[in-house]
Amino acid sequence: MAEIAYREALRQTMREALIADERVILMGEDVGAYGGSYAVTKGLLDEFGPDRIIDTPISESVIVGCGIGAAMGGLRPLIELMTINFSLLAFDQIVNNAAKLSYMSGGQISVPLIIRMAGGAGSQLAAQHSQSLEGWYAHIPGIKVAVPYSPRDARGLLRTALTEQNPVIIIEHTALYARKGEVPDGDYAIPFGEAEVIRQGSDVTLIGYSGSVFQALQAADLLTESGVEAEVLNLRTLRPLDVGTIVASVRRTNRAVVVEDDWKFGGFAGEISATIMEEAFDDLDAPVARVCGADVPIPYAKELEQAALPSAQQVADAALKLM
Amino acid sequence: MTQLSEHAVPQDLDSSHLVEMLRQMMLIRRFEDKAAEMYARGRIAGFLHLYSGEEAIAVGAINALNDDDHLFTHYRDHGHALARGVDPGRIMAELFGRETGVSRGKGGSMHLFDVERSFMGGYAIVAGHLPLACGMAFANQRLGNGRIVLCVFGDGAVNEGEFHESLNLAAVWKLPVIFLCENNFYGMGTDIRRVSAVIEVYKRAEAYAMPSRQVDGMNVLEMFEATRRAATGVRAGEGPAFLEAITFRFRGHSMADPEFYRRKEETAHWRDLDPINSYRARLQQHGVIDNGTFEELEAGVEAVVNAAAEFAESSPHPGPQSLYEDIYAEEPR
Ligand SMILES: Cc1ncc(C[n+]2csc(CCOP(=O)(O)OP(=O)(O)O)c2C)c(N)n1
Ligand SMILES: [Mg+2]
Repeated sequence: MAEIAYREALRQTMREALIADERVILMGEDVGAYGGSYAVTKGLLDEFGPDRIIDTPISESVIVGCGIGAAMGGLRPLIELMTINFSLLAFDQIVNNAAKLSYMSGGQISVPLIIRMAGGAGSQLAAQHSQSLEGWYAHIPGIKVAVPYSPRDARGLLRTALTEQNPVIIIEHTALYARKGEVPDGDYAIPFGEAEVIRQGSDVTLIGYSGSVFQALQAADLLTESGVEAEVLNLRTLRPLDVGTIVASVRRTNRAVVVEDDWKFGGFAGEISATIMEEAFDDLDAPVARVCGADVPIPYAKELEQAALPSAQQVADAALKLM
Repeated sequence: MTQLSEHAVPQDLDSSHLVEMLRQMMLIRRFEDKAAEMYARGRIAGFLHLYSGEEAIAVGAINALNDDDHLFTHYRDHGHALARGVDPGRIMAELFGRETGVSRGKGGSMHLFDVERSFMGGYAIVAGHLPLACGMAFANQRLGNGRIVLCVFGDGAVNEGEFHESLNLAAVWKLPVIFLCENNFYGMGTDIRRVSAVIEVYKRAEAYAMPSRQVDGMNVLEMFEATRRAATGVRAGEGPAFLEAITFRFRGHSMADPEFYRRKEETAHWRDLDPINSYRARLQQHGVIDNGTFEELEAGVEAVVNAAAEFAESSPHPGPQSLYEDIYAEEPR
């Protein structure tokens, strides 16, 4: 077990896959000579050469479509889209092709494709570079969506993705790339659809994923000062969603706060909240609360950007209101 | 256009192959007439896009390829599937939305798939399948399996970004793919001359530094010869090639189209160039077939089409369990 950064966990896991399976290739904008825009693929070109680590034109749609076709043709493509913001140019390929081919073909075609992309805000990159659109992808049957929080998640979820026959989208958080944590080596994998109870508590359940687990954990610390013991869930995958763990926790704590960087209006926090209502209504002592990003394009100025993102204090305050 | 028109028929094709191409064109025409009838009788619903008038393209091009070369096509896909040898009964069953259909009744007319025959599907997002064809060609190139890809689309696709992204990628990576544009001059009701800055589609491909030419899409032998030549270079590793087949669809865009946007005389002009009639005449002129052979072919396709319709009609509807099947592939890879 080593202590490594989130980006390093991703890099090591991809490296192992490239060694283990000839069919694995890595494609994307600036994944090779540049080393990846978040340095996740650094050094891989030198080790595996340009036939395996492939710099593409800035053509998101054909990058993803080419990955789908290559997966249909027997390869195991790993695609990096620089950020989730640019993935919108490939939305057609992801939604209309990757997610549909198995079904439309009556099960004749499978698409074992991994698409990694960076999401989230916090670096003052302004409105076109700071979005959290994972809820849009989670909305779609036919794909799976993983949202690692820790370096351990990053390795474990990517390893599971590498054994999948289906298209998997991995949304990484830009604010987490440099964070370190313990990562088991070897065959360690995290199955999809299994949330982590990252902190135990009996008074309220704080539900987060990716970057928002961080705010939830901080909020749990703040809450102990008020004598409230919060349980914190790290969802790890949005599709499939681990409804069982969410509901079991809420049955114990009788209260829930969902924390998400994304916009509240029409967002994934609403899905979780509705699921709790459907499955555990009688166990709730208070309405489910949502702490989400402000309903605005993400602004540039530091104080405005911070005001637009959920904070640990907001999460703690929301939890206290439920008591 | 091509040199071939000077020759009667390609010297290296034996007469059975020449006749088989006629039979395939007749089968497509008859199959779709039956499909139109079944649509009118409420057996087929949704969009039904007929290929009538364009048969020479699919038959000429697909017969010039190996059986394991991959095909990707658009939603006007019955002709390509039949030319590849996909079972007519299972195609008709798919149009009927039956469990026995090629796509288990989940795709319909626009989404025929037969992976066993390397028929990689019909796609209904204009130009959305060009990137997939690139990816399949990329896999073939990597695996060194000698297979190439034929990617078919309409004139409407050439103004989509995915068209340009795909041609560029295919050219820069020298991918083994033939892009085949079926230029029937209309995208639904929009005349290409009203929406394209350059109406000679093949010229667009020249911008991506690949061999590109215009072919008479009403002439099956020209299609065959042009595709065969393109395939030779593509298979040899020279990179992609582009063909623009000039054609015309005799019927509306889909069954729902009242055809307000074009003149009857225009359609009549093209109907005079019917690819089946002209090919039949050519084969008779050169003594490859006589009236008797033609009648036998007619009776043969009639029987196949009737059997297909009966198979579809007597096939089971999908059961309720089917709804949630095939969303994900289950086996670990
Ligand atoms: C991206 C996209 N935009 C619009 C449509 C609606 N649409 C379906 S077919 C069609 C016309 C396409 O014409 P063309 O490519 O020339 O093919 P043809 O029907 O003539 O064979 C349009 C606009 C679509 N299916 N996909
Ligand atoms: Mg057209």
